Amino acid sequence: MSPILFYLFSALVLVFAVAVVANRNPVASALSLVVSLLGLAALFVGLNAYFIAAIQVLVYAGAVMVLFLFIIMLLNIQSEARRKMNPLAYIAGGGVTALFVVQLSNVLSHFALGKTEFPPIASGTIDDVHHLGSTLFSTHNLPFQVIGVLILVSTIGVVVLSKRELK
Amino acid sequence: MQLTLNHYLFVGGLIFAIGFAGVMLRRNILIIFMCLELMLNAANLTLVAFSRFNLTADGLPNYNAQVLVFFIITVAAAEVAVGLAIIVALFRVRQTTHVDDISSLKF
Repeated sequence: MSPILFYLFSALVLVFAVAVVANRNPVASALSLVVSLLGLAALFVGLNAYFIAAIQVLVYAGAVMVLFLFIIMLLNIQSEARRKMNPLAYIAGGGVTALFVVQLSNVLSHFALGKTEFPPIASGTIDDVHHLGSTLFSTHNLPFQVIGVLILVSTIGVVVLSKRELK
Repeated sequence: MQLTLNHYLFVGGLIFAIGFAGVMLRRNILIIFMCLELMLNAANLTLVAFSRFNLTADGLPNYNAQVLVFFIITVAAAEVAVGLAIIVALFRVRQTTHVDDISSLKF
């Protein structure tokens, strides 16, 4: 992926991620997260993970975030009113995050393997779906079946949690 | 300048840090949940970067990491569904989404 495109899409993801955290209006936060996820899908395409990028757009940005927006609209959440917030909490939260970023840069500067360039990938079109599918269904078949059961259980859980008391 | 693995790992770490800051600083339960999704996506980015970096013998990415990304997206979707059902049930009782008002289990 050309470095210009990488920096462009990374900037998109990071700016809108900050917008998710900083926005008062929950709908604006949700829409910023959608843009962030789309930028992330572009980064996936740059890493030659075409199927994962498509799944990211379809499932994450297209289903999960739509569900979030449904719930925000359903609960009719107004913009967060200014409440008295302990400044110490802000300092502590920001401090822990800054500490984490410092530690991250420290670790990555010593990660010699990460400083090498990406090795060249096999030329021609990569049949991404074919290879991912054969890996998924051969080596990881059991986790795949377990995930199916998990989705079933979560569906049942959602229905049970949403039932109103029958008067 | 050529892109290295560290570029992608650093961006993933920054996304994680922003999501983490959101979980700690925001007081609206829905926004906290969205920042949780940001953290999961940061993990996905690092996994895909490593998958592209560790090529197999015939020059293809290591698809085990991408299978894990697939599972993470699926589990995140299931978790969002159940979490939002809990939030809706909580909202029905408490009529608020402010975390400080839902602190009856607090020590």
